[in-house]
Amino acid sequence: MKVLIAFISGVIFAGGLAVGGMTQPQKIVAFLDFAGNWDPSLLFVMVGAISVHAVAYRLIRLRKKPVLDSDFFLPRDEVVSKRLALGALIFGVGWGLGGYCPGPAIASLATFAIRPLVFVVSMVVGMFLFRWIFRDVRNEHG
Amino acid sequence: MIKIGYQFFVQPLVGGALIGIAASILLLFNGLVAGVSGILNRAFEERWRLAFIGGLVSGGAGVFYLTGIRGVTAFEDLTAIGVPQTILAGLLVGFGTMLGSGCTSGHGVCGISRFSIRSIVATILFILAGFLTVTLMLKVLR
Repeated sequence: MKVLIAFISGVIFAGGLAVGGMTQPQKIVAFLDFAGNWDPSLLFVMVGAISVHAVAYRLIRLRKKPVLDSDFFLPRDEVVSKRLALGALIFGVGWGLGGYCPGPAIASLATFAIRPLVFVVSMVVGMFLFRWIFRDVRNEHG
Repeated sequence: MIKIGYQFFVQPLVGGALIGIAASILLLFNGLVAGVSGILNRAFEERWRLAFIGGLVSGGAGVFYLTGIRGVTAFEDLTAIGVPQTILAGLLVGFGTMLGSGCTSGHGVCGISRFSIRSIVATILFILAGFLTVTLMLKVLR
């Protein structure tokens, strides 16, 4: 059941990304190009998502536990670390260069186009690179 | 100049709301955060992770099919961005999201909805880095 819920959530998530225009990298690049012909789509996607989820989050947290599990699995770390800042900056550079963040890139695999595939494979390699470099460091959740 | 119109305002809000609903479903039933980079990172360790990724691709396939028969472009294979640049972008996104513990979904949507200071800082930083990257990139290209 939890697997089915995760699948359904993924399907709706991808639908939202596509409806919002997030599966079109040129819209991401146009959003990040404040100085040019600015495309505000991503801002409104975030406003829509946060408006819904911020309210739902508070309602859901009134429950002692989720419907199908014994506890919520939420990040507890609230320290703004150098690691967080550096990671976000590196991610931002890659996001600007490729026009993809992880969700839209994965959803775009369905088109069998070459670029999303190249991007996702490279992204997974980047994750493995991270794991290898930091194999001795304690995991930080965020 | 700011782009104005239905596809830059209403569609993003609707798409964003769908993303918010998807994240809320995953939290309500499974107690989990819909952070795509984190889910992908350990995709083969737990079945729900793989199911969520499968849902993203399936949702993408559904949209690709439905928009295809209507002649609407929902996915763009950005050919202006070459393969080497796409590889570099993917590597940086994979590495950066692991170092920074999240991407646009985990920090930008779920984290900000919880009013997490870490996520708010991370989101500001990756948008800033993306903006600087795109500005420099377009300056070189133009």
